[in-house]
Amino acid sequence: MEKNRLSEFLIEKGLFITAIFSIVIILLIVSFILVEGIPAFENYGFFHFLFGMEWGPSRGQFGVLAMIIGSIYVTLLSLLMAVPLSLLCAIFMAEVAPNNIRKILKPVIETLSGIPSVVYGFFGLIVLVPLVRTYFGGTGFSLFTASLILTVMVLPTIITISQDSLRAVPQEYREASFGLGATNWQTIRHVIFPAALPGIITAIILGMGRAVGETLAVIMVAGNVVQIPGSIFDPIRPLTANIALEMGYATGLHYNALFGTAIVLFLIIGLLLLVANYIQYKYKVDIGGGYL
Amino acid sequence: MSLNLPQILSPKNSQRIMNAIFVCSGLITVLILIFIIGYILIMGLPVVNLEFIFSNPIDSGRAGGIFPMIISSIYVTLIAGIVSTPLGVGAAVYLVEYAGESKITKIIRFGAETLASIPSIVYGLFGLAFFVVSMGLGWSILSGGLVLAIMALPTIFQVSEVTISSIPSSYREGSYGLGATKWQTIYRVVLPAAIPGIVTGIILGMTRAISEAAAVMFAVGSALSVPISMFDPGRPLPLHLYVLATEGISLENAYGTAAVLVILVLAVTIIANFLIDKYQRQIMGR
Amino acid sequence: MNRIEVNNLNVYFGDSQVLKDININIPKNTVTALIGPSGCGKSTFIRTVNRMNDLIPTFSHDGNVYLDGVDIYNPKMDVVDLRKKIGMVFQKPNPFPKSIFENVAYGLKVHGLNDDDAIAARVEESLKSAALWEEVEDKLEDSAMGLSGGQQQRLCIARTIANNPEVILMDEPCSALDPISTTKIEDLIHKLKNDYTIIIVTHNMQQATRVSKYTSFFLLGELIESDLTDKLFIDPKDKRTEDYITGRFG
Repeated sequence: MEKNRLSEFLIEKGLFITAIFSIVIILLIVSFILVEGIPAFENYGFFHFLFGMEWGPSRGQFGVLAMIIGSIYVTLLSLLMAVPLSLLCAIFMAEVAPNNIRKILKPVIETLSGIPSVVYGFFGLIVLVPLVRTYFGGTGFSLFTASLILTVMVLPTIITISQDSLRAVPQEYREASFGLGATNWQTIRHVIFPAALPGIITAIILGMGRAVGETLAVIMVAGNVVQIPGSIFDPIRPLTANIALEMGYATGLHYNALFGTAIVLFLIIGLLLLVANYIQYKYKVDIGGGYL
Repeated sequence: MSLNLPQILSPKNSQRIMNAIFVCSGLITVLILIFIIGYILIMGLPVVNLEFIFSNPIDSGRAGGIFPMIISSIYVTLIAGIVSTPLGVGAAVYLVEYAGESKITKIIRFGAETLASIPSIVYGLFGLAFFVVSMGLGWSILSGGLVLAIMALPTIFQVSEVTISSIPSSYREGSYGLGATKWQTIYRVVLPAAIPGIVTGIILGMTRAISEAAAVMFAVGSALSVPISMFDPGRPLPLHLYVLATEGISLENAYGTAAVLVILVLAVTIIANFLIDKYQRQIMGR
Repeated sequence: MNRIEVNNLNVYFGDSQVLKDININIPKNTVTALIGPSGCGKSTFIRTVNRMNDLIPTFSHDGNVYLDGVDIYNPKMDVVDLRKKIGMVFQKPNPFPKSIFENVAYGLKVHGLNDDDAIAARVEESLKSAALWEEVEDKLEDSAMGLSGGQQQRLCIARTIANNPEVILMDEPCSALDPISTTKIEDLIHKLKNDYTIIIVTHNMQQATRVSKYTSFFLLGELIESDLTDKLFIDPKDKRTEDYITGRFG
């Protein structure tokens, strides 16, 4: 039986090591990105880097402001389209649809979230880009096209998590409202939606994180010109695209500047994560295993 | 804040309008999926045949097939699964069965959340700086597989944690009551009961890995030949699709590759769900 | 001769004391019923006897519990071994989500028995002792979750018997069952008392009179009175026992 105790002890320690592994990995990731990225800030100046308008690696110019703005624009525009559609769909699934329709929609949403992002990008490239070119002019590679693709890509995230938080609203609330003679829509609007709001906001923030972080699907349709777009039909280059496009051949300070771009990306995502966590903490939202 | 809507419309009518809007939103979502999948399959399937699947690409993918890419994809995904499954499930077991609701639990959970929220391109940078350069693994299947393992880890961990903590404590009590040790209880009762959920998590993690291009683009190389050893470079399907499409090499082969990729992901998900369902029915009775 | 002896046992969960100075002797191969209103500590008591309370982080105790003269809380005691000797049947039937066969074989396997034939023989024997064999012999590979509640509880008893325990603790084993299943379990208890020392917690005073030789009455964490069942129900010594069994509270 002594042997038994020893093996139990060893198993517990072994499991503990697997548990702290993710922490170790994060520390590794953060330190590697920082070590490679900080030289860019040192050589070029942090604020110069962050607020510089010019990106010309061959000329030694590393300002990422246009890309920060590109990332923000494309994220906001896609959310503008995705939020109404996904919230309506989530409410439909959680509160309105009969069971058999729900059973169809659930795998649909799961499949949407399972489609590889490159496939989304490819679809955007061959279907959406020509459509946008035909109907709105320009090259078709644009902020708008990228937002369309991102809209579809963040749908499953927002739908799944808001649905969970709508479901989590206690049944008594519905019964109380129906008992007072309210219609289903009145109940949703005045009782259920407000009660689920913290969870829904979390869902939107997580969707935002996904949009900011998406890379290849965006590269394939955004045009990738470093500029602050004048209209939604102008091409843009988000932060993620900048890294993916140039990492293959970057050396020296250019290499560091791309890691610097990743640091900026990290800061944006970190900020979103912080807000999401704050809302979860404040309203005790259980997002049911969801993540950015 | 109160809208004038109710005054113009009776509650009954606004209910009808909203119902129509809700149905539309559901319909749009379904149509989007059908359109994307349908388009890819209709354009891609005519290209896909046994020769396309089992032959090597010719002239960097302008002609020929995608056999090396399929092998690369399976290879990196398997490495990812083999590395991340014990880590993710082990961490979940530790948190639920040993640590309880403690500080360390919160830290590890936050860690997993953070890992899950890191954009894939940042994983790509990390893979390049750490596995390829620092550890000297070079552009290889192994480097790519390890990056994907890290990406799949939080998914497997989070789903396993939720599943294991939902296993009724009466199972554990029953086992302890028969004189089983803690590990025997976990290994023989808790884990078998949690298998359906854990496998779902692993499948989610693996489909995430098999779909990923950005994270491996600087780690796995871009070779067009079949990788034999783990240290050979490769080119998984998503990366091949990206190269074919963006470098304008062959639209036709890009369609074919996209179709194969989509079918692969769907098939894995459907088969896994079927097996999980069967197992669940077996252990829980009919 | 006494199988279990408890001396001056106090049990605490955190700061609150849930058992106060319990002294009781449980004779070998008899049925002892523990009665009392909910929250009186009777479940806590039997969980102290097989050290299931060790799983609760805030649990602490003083006093002694002896099994065959050995203090079960002595530092050298192997809890795993103890729980093999003192089996437990829970309030709600809790079979594992495994086959009927695997449920009964579980205890044998965790205690290192590997011989398939020996396991099969022991499973059959245990299912027969638990009066379940005839109902399940042709579906041993089916999931135990498909059995009725009463069958599940008898399976849990069979699972416990398979370990060849000295004592079987039963924590309100019939509270989740219908009357017919309850009768079957009670018949089973009558059969088992020849070979095992049984302690049964019950809410149901009729059940106590039907199955037990001795009865102990718990109230608010104290053991008020222990006696032969026939005596305790007809001629209780303590006023509180009388109040309880005549239905004045509880």
